Amino acid sequence: MSNTLLPMIPVKTWVDQSVEWITDTFEFVFDPIKNNLDTFIEFLSETLQVINPWIFIAVVAIIAFFVTGKRIGLAAFSIVGLWFILNQEMWEQLMDTFSLVITASLISVIIGVPFGIWMAKSNIVQAILTPILDFMQTMPAFVYLIPAVAFFGIGMVPGVFASVIFAVPPTVRFTNLGIRQVSTELIEAADAFGTTGIQKLFKVQLPMAKKTIMAGINQTVMLALSMVVIASMIGAEGLGKEVITALQRNDVGLGFVAGVSIVILAIVIDRFTQSLNTQKGE
Amino acid sequence: MPIIKVENLSKIFGKNPSQAQKLLDQGLKKEEILKKTGNTVGVNRASFEVEQGEIFVIMGLSGSGKSTLVRLINRLIEPTEGSVYINEENLAAMDSKNLRRVRREKMSMVFQRFALFPYRTVLQNTEFGLEVQGIDKTERSKKAKESLELVGLGSFINQFPGQLSGGMQQRVGLARALANDPEVLLMDEAFSALDPLIRKEMQDELLDLQERMQKTILFITHDLDEALRIGDRIALMKDGSIVQIGTPEDILVNPANDYVEKFVEDVDRSKVLTAQHIMKRPETVNIEKHGPRVALERMREEGLSSIYVTDRSRNLKGYVTADDASQAIEENVKDLTNVIETNVPTCDLDTPMNDIFDMIHNSPVPIAVVEDGKLRGIIVRGAVIGALAGSEVSINE
Ligand SMILES: Nc1ncnc2c1ncn2[C@@H]1O[C@H](COP(=O)(O)OP(=O)(O)OP(=O)(O)O)[C@@H](O)[C@H]1O
Ligand SMILES: [Mg+2]
Repeated sequence: MSNTLLPMIPVKTWVDQSVEWITDTFEFVFDPIKNNLDTFIEFLSETLQVINPWIFIAVVAIIAFFVTGKRIGLAAFSIVGLWFILNQEMWEQLMDTFSLVITASLISVIIGVPFGIWMAKSNIVQAILTPILDFMQTMPAFVYLIPAVAFFGIGMVPGVFASVIFAVPPTVRFTNLGIRQVSTELIEAADAFGTTGIQKLFKVQLPMAKKTIMAGINQTVMLALSMVVIASMIGAEGLGKEVITALQRNDVGLGFVAGVSIVILAIVIDRFTQSLNTQKGE
Repeated sequence: MPIIKVENLSKIFGKNPSQAQKLLDQGLKKEEILKKTGNTVGVNRASFEVEQGEIFVIMGLSGSGKSTLVRLINRLIEPTEGSVYINEENLAAMDSKNLRRVRREKMSMVFQRFALFPYRTVLQNTEFGLEVQGIDKTERSKKAKESLELVGLGSFINQFPGQLSGGMQQRVGLARALANDPEVLLMDEAFSALDPLIRKEMQDELLDLQERMQKTILFITHDLDEALRIGDRIALMKDGSIVQIGTPEDILVNPANDYVEKFVEDVDRSKVLTAQHIMKRPETVNIEKHGPRVALERMREEGLSSIYVTDRSRNLKGYVTADDASQAIEENVKDLTNVIETNVPTCDLDTPMNDIFDMIHNSPVPIAVVEDGKLRGIIVRGAVIGALAGSEVSINE
């Protein structure tokens, strides 16, 4: 366009070239990640498929009963909800989605917690990471699909990759927050007894921050779940894929069933992680 | 040899401590320095020594730098200048590994708001210091339990701090500090968060423990009564500087300056000074070992006309006068049992000086200060009159 003062800055080209460069140069990193992750997710999903759905539902209900402090609510909801999904013949998709969410959350936690700790220990790191985390969260989730495909092709793995980028910030933030919130008196107590940095971290800071970190992980899991529909646009299996199919075929019924299934899964996971947290704190 | 020796210790908070220190040395006040440089004076060139077994109290108003000073001593706060010697090791110049060693082995801290770990049981809290040292499980739980017994919490080991009252929580804090068997206890307003009755109880308990354990205690408080009750010596702080160091009596009777005097003003000395403040160490003979001869010899040596008699564990038996002793020698009596006078004028540690004054007026012998039947000290007439004279001067002013 010539209606601006400056010629157009070729940002697109630069980004294209950078991504291409990264893809080529780090192929030796991406390939093993892709292969291993693929194997892991497949293994997880297949293992879950092998379990008889009724047994699975029963186990979930029993655990739900105990983590909620022997209340019937979540257990009952899990039974009805999961039965509905089974009844609608969405069980296989449910297990795929579940595997995707678990994998993405697990990776997010494994990456997020250490970064959170690092951020809490250094103001410089905090100053650098905060805008990056803001950026990661404000960027529309769709955008992550593009580098994900560039690095990992099509399938579950790029879905996980995009989910992790989208879902990891709360874990990092809350870990940082939780550790920084520990009262100075407790830190002084730890120091006064001659703890090393590691001892202080594991004996005082992490236990004190546990509740906050768990709240962050809960958000991370929910964000990962919210990515399943988007991730299926690049070939991730599961409930999300049914939604996309419904969209393409204008199949309202299928869309509704798949959508409701995702909501049920979301509610169960959310309540589960929340009650894990409150129960431990008391 | 002092256990703690603090020399010229300063802490200035802010961006430019050395400039502030210079101004401070030129005689500028804390407020002026804050206005001029934006730096806050925490502690200004403090120097003092604390002997083994002593309870050294640091007293001052809010913001006078007490907490900062105590944290400089275990280096939770880095000093701007000066040195801190613990058993002749200079803490201020130590690397982090040695600093950890000293913190683990030589001193423990008790905090104003307890600073217990809420997710750990009472026992696990008490074990903390030992755990950090890497002492194995059975050993540390044994030591922690002993320490909890000491503070009377032996049966609460599996509770969580949140389930305990404030007084009990601070006992856990104390047990945790004692479990390492440190030489030095640092207590920053350790009893200030407790209500007055519990507070008094804790003070007594601390004195009790101290009698058995003979730690060196650095005790911070903003409360004069507390300072007088538990301090062997008291240091008074103002705006980061120590303005007077002395025994409780010194501080009351000879306030170093207006500031100290103001602090002391509203304290009625005859009420504050109790038997324990004016008593002195008694000369005694032991009824199980000593006869009239030894008694008479001791009296002659010390220039006394009578002497108190106790048993081996200092239980008060009575007193014997020089006349009675000489007579017993003439009659060749070997045992003091029938020689002693058992009608003894006694009071206890907390008897206020007013009452003692009345008693001592018509008593032929010094008054015995007794606790649980044990002789703790004696009070001679001169001491009472001297102390009261001091108080009258201040009332007339
Ligand atoms: N971390 C800090 N940064 C800046 N100034 C500080 C800091 N800690 C303490 N100060 C200042 O140093 C001075 C002494 O504070 P300190 O906490 O030692 O007083 P204190 O005698 O313990 O008072 P209190 O009885 O209220 O506990 C105060 O003016 C305070 O504002
Ligand atoms: Mg303080």
